[in-house]
Amino acid sequence: MTMMEGILLTIVTAATPLLFAAIGELVAERAGVLNLGVEGMMAIGAVCGFAATAVTGMPIVGVLVAMIGGMLAAGLFGIVALFFVANQNATGVALTLFGLGLSGLIGDRFVGMPGIPVPRVDIPGLSDLPIVGRLVFGQDPLVYLAVVLAIGTWWFLFRTRGGLVLRAVGDNHGSAHALGFSVIRTRFLAVLFGGLCAGLGGAYLSLVYTPQWTPMMTGGRGWIALALVVFASWLPGRLVIGALLFGGVSILQLHAQAIGIGIPSQFLSMLPYIVTVIALVIISRNRTLLSVNTPACLGRAFVPDS
Amino acid sequence: MRIVLEKRLTPSRSMQYLSPVVAILLSLATFFVIFLLAGIDPMRALYIYFVEPLTALWSIEDLLVKAVPIILIAIGLSFCYQSAVWNIGAEGQLAAGALAGAAIPILFPTLQGPAVITAMILMGIAGGMAYAAIPAILKIRFNANETLTTLMLVYVANLFLDYMARGPWRDPAGFNFPNSRPFDEGQMLPVIAGESIRLSIIFMLVAVVVAWFMTTKTMTGFKIRVLGQSPRAGSFGGFSRNKMVMLTFLISGGLAGLAGICEVMGPIGLLRTSVSPGYGFTAIIVAFLGRLHPFGILIAGLLLALSYMGGEGAQVAIGLSDQTTQVFQGMLLFYVLACDSFIYYRLRIVRQPALDAATVR
Repeated sequence: MTMMEGILLTIVTAATPLLFAAIGELVAERAGVLNLGVEGMMAIGAVCGFAATAVTGMPIVGVLVAMIGGMLAAGLFGIVALFFVANQNATGVALTLFGLGLSGLIGDRFVGMPGIPVPRVDIPGLSDLPIVGRLVFGQDPLVYLAVVLAIGTWWFLFRTRGGLVLRAVGDNHGSAHALGFSVIRTRFLAVLFGGLCAGLGGAYLSLVYTPQWTPMMTGGRGWIALALVVFASWLPGRLVIGALLFGGVSILQLHAQAIGIGIPSQFLSMLPYIVTVIALVIISRNRTLLSVNTPACLGRAFVPDS
Repeated sequence: MRIVLEKRLTPSRSMQYLSPVVAILLSLATFFVIFLLAGIDPMRALYIYFVEPLTALWSIEDLLVKAVPIILIAIGLSFCYQSAVWNIGAEGQLAAGALAGAAIPILFPTLQGPAVITAMILMGIAGGMAYAAIPAILKIRFNANETLTTLMLVYVANLFLDYMARGPWRDPAGFNFPNSRPFDEGQMLPVIAGESIRLSIIFMLVAVVVAWFMTTKTMTGFKIRVLGQSPRAGSFGGFSRNKMVMLTFLISGGLAGLAGICEVMGPIGLLRTSVSPGYGFTAIIVAFLGRLHPFGILIAGLLLALSYMGGEGAQVAIGLSDQTTQVFQGMLLFYVLACDSFIYYRLRIVRQPALDAATVR
């Protein structure tokens, strides 16, 4: 395997958890819900995935439990933010604090335990092709799932009736309600889907990316995923590109540290966060681009006047 | 039969005061159940958590020491949240303040005395303000979402603090610990009561009173609230949203920076890789639990300082993870936010099931 190939491979691995979490958040935001709890949901997914895999010995069970864990956490957010119409910003922050704490509590006895690696899917023949072989045909199954999820999300949002309803709820909840669609139910489902995806992203971190559990291992990736959604201006296609870009930055940082260039490691570790801020600024200054795709009711509470 | 929320004609005053109490009781009840499920005697655990710290003089003192930075930061954040500015990066602004203020005793170790202490405090405030000005400018000039930028900057500030404490500012005679040189008494806040209560408690009390005066008695406080509740109404009134964003960021950054330098000049006494166990995040909960009101924040800050104390006690006495504290804090915020909706809404039970009011009309 050449070095270039190696770097490209690790970029895909670094991009996958971001893509998972950001796809889920994109759907929730398209329905009009700003869930700032992605970091917390990812942490819960990471610990659930690792714990369930360690207990059962089966990564597939870990992945499923991580999805359920993420959904339960999202459900908590949904109840408070949608049914009790609490401020979405504050509720999301609450979910992050709660999720980080709870994941630490659950993961206490798993610290330092070696993980069970997820087997790669090798397609005989194809995986041995030069360059594209390992890159396209030799990834772990979750990478493929992330790609399928991204394409599926695009298809659902822009090619199905359900997607149309979801976007209508996010763009004008008053009209959607008047037309007889249940705003709260649609939003709740979208939030649950967001939690499921964030849980997957977390599981990817603790099962594939590092394979181990350490407290705070999400390291701000949930927040970067949130920024990615803005960066992609709420379009799944751009989200994939964005995830690869951000994954690339975090990998570049690791490779630079490994080579040992004269920059202190802390400055290299800052890179993903600084790049995120810069990307946000570049995208946000273009208000017209944003206003085209931003769900008009994003972050606004809805109370049916019955 | 189903349950719906119905908007009240006027916000309920009684719920305004009841909601935090109900939220605390619900959190305690949930903790009771969690302890029960975990096979820990719940009464004993709750006692260790919330009562024991109040039974000894030294621990009450420690409680006040912990409450000071939390309350200082929360007071600042309440200005932001009242004007609907989502600064959640106080933890980073705290680190920036600690770094800026600590520069003086580290770079000029021989300087001592009241003037140096004053300069350190001012540098701390300035450092926090400068760091908070970054997301403020990015929001005003480029429309960048402040929730995300403030949080990203927390990671940047903490990494920079880590670098300085391990690298250039490490004590050469410090046996390789990632710390700066320990400060002298003449570079720290004077103790004014007991063993460890320092001048910073006065800063905190002043901040509470000034914040109360500003929000209730001045035009600035009024503008902040109007712009927070309705930016449109505010702009019709001729209030500048951008000025308010900058002002609230500077206030909250300055107070977070003050909290940071006070930690360094007080309980810690040197600069190390991390100066706060998450006070900047706890303060978010305190701001909401305290109804964004200075006196409410004072009480809420004492309560959450108690949860830190209890967490330490429970770790020693019954081997509970220190993460339990964070779970309690997050849960409390959930309950506060949910209970708060009863200020503006009431629950109504609708008897006829499928027949929606919408279809009847």
